[in-house]
Amino acid sequence: MEKRNLTCIRCPLGCQITVTLENGEVKDVTGNTCPRGDQYARKEVTNPTRVVTSIVKVEGGVLPVLSVKTKDDVPKGKIFDVLDEIKPVVVKAPIHIGDVIVADVAGTGVDIVASKEIAAV
Amino acid sequence: MRSYDVIIVGGGPAGLAAAIAAKKEGVDNILMIERDDRLGGILNQCIHNGFGLHTFKEELTGPEYAQRFIDQAAELNVEYKLNTIVVDISKDKVVTTMNRNEGMVQYQAKAVVLAMGCRERPRGALNIPGYRPAGIYSAGTAQRLVNMEGYMPGKKCVILGSGDIGLIMARRMTFEGADVQVVAEVMPYSGGLKRNIVQCLDDFDIPLKLSHTVIDIEGKDRLTGVTIAEVGPDRKPIPGTEEHYDCDTLLLSVGLIPENELSKQAEVEMSRITNGPLVDESLETNVEGIFACGNVLHVHDLVDYVSEEATAAGKNAAKYVKDRYGAEAGKAGKVIEIKAVDGARYTVPTTIHLDNMEDKLTVRFRVGAVFKNSYIGVYFNDERKQHRKRPVMAPGEMEQIILKKKDLEAFEGLETITVKIEAE
Repeated sequence: MEKRNLTCIRCPLGCQITVTLENGEVKDVTGNTCPRGDQYARKEVTNPTRVVTSIVKVEGGVLPVLSVKTKDDVPKGKIFDVLDEIKPVVVKAPIHIGDVIVADVAGTGVDIVASKEIAAV
Repeated sequence: MRSYDVIIVGGGPAGLAAAIAAKKEGVDNILMIERDDRLGGILNQCIHNGFGLHTFKEELTGPEYAQRFIDQAAELNVEYKLNTIVVDISKDKVVTTMNRNEGMVQYQAKAVVLAMGCRERPRGALNIPGYRPAGIYSAGTAQRLVNMEGYMPGKKCVILGSGDIGLIMARRMTFEGADVQVVAEVMPYSGGLKRNIVQCLDDFDIPLKLSHTVIDIEGKDRLTGVTIAEVGPDRKPIPGTEEHYDCDTLLLSVGLIPENELSKQAEVEMSRITNGPLVDESLETNVEGIFACGNVLHVHDLVDYVSEEATAAGKNAAKYVKDRYGAEAGKAGKVIEIKAVDGARYTVPTTIHLDNMEDKLTVRFRVGAVFKNSYIGVYFNDERKQHRKRPVMAPGEMEQIILKKKDLEAFEGLETITVKIEAE
């Protein structure tokens, strides 16, 4: 039996939740005040995901870097794989919000898209 | 002198929403003035997501949130100037601007909306002993360098202060390959949002040391290290708790100060608690026709609330131009005062002209400490009229109450509305 302690982020209350796991399966959730905490804790221990935001280099733009994000959540364990893959990327201006910068980043099935408008110089 | 109906000072989230609202209210002759080379203000460097949950029901990054408003402003043909700084606003609403192409130009406005935002509290305000080497940045400066200019401030990092920008930068610096060793917070609680503590620190095992502060800064040319110590309830360092950290970068996330030099030049009365203007139900200051919104008025936690507040300010400025400008009498009728006591630090607004009030009024405030299982009490004179339970309230998160005009009208002899935090 494994116990994991989490802070719920569904509201400002920030409940300290303890999840009991057995062979990777959730056996018990305690410490939450509401059902949303239970839901958060179960997802967080079995399949935690995050939107990753970072930057890539820009050529010929009014700014030297472009802000980007993963279009959807990616597994938390893949964050640094995503960052490694976009590190060498250089894009050419002009760029528009939503432009796909890297398709299927780090084998997650999720695209990296531009989150800023950058005009060409 | 060229004249405008409404001049909006600042083209960030507050200025944009105010300009859009003024246009939509039917006042066309408006000008928004921005000192940076683009609209959007601080949102341009806030590349993380989580903006717009209340406004657009989706999580956007800062630049995406700004673009939605920039697009709307463009559709409505809002006139604006970039790279232009306002150097003076007079009580008579003469706005003096400067830029490289036109030099110094003055405009006469009928109404002015103050939307200048805030700036970060600097090292000089903290009295940290030690040397003054390179490598010490405010968190927002570091954020701009990394996210907009493509520079890394350093490789080995300590962060003082757990405001949201500091927490966000702990993750950003980690993403860019820096080693973020610790975040120290002098208060016994964090000034940032819970989700940022979890997703920016816990996710990357960055320790948050509450009731700790930096007591020494070392390094002559470049920062080489800092000493952190625990503080007691009096916020003074406890001898024997000192810990040394080798680092080349210290980021400060120790509070924001509304940027009100221009407001003061216009003789706008200020609150000593928010460091922003005192305003009434229309977000109008003591100077008739000058309105304020966003972080220049009081520091907000979520940009969604800035947009909401600025929309009201822009609309009210437009209404002033249409209905009250040039009229002899100011706002008529009864004035009700709003007071914050017992845990509530301030309210925005602080006065209500009852005749001028809309059906509903949002009053925003912050608490001065962490309160658990407490109540927000709203009193009309001495009678309690609202009593709402809140599981938790913290200084880092804004609170609000809604007042209804019909309730205020129905209460005979109403002079003061008091907002307080109560145990039961």
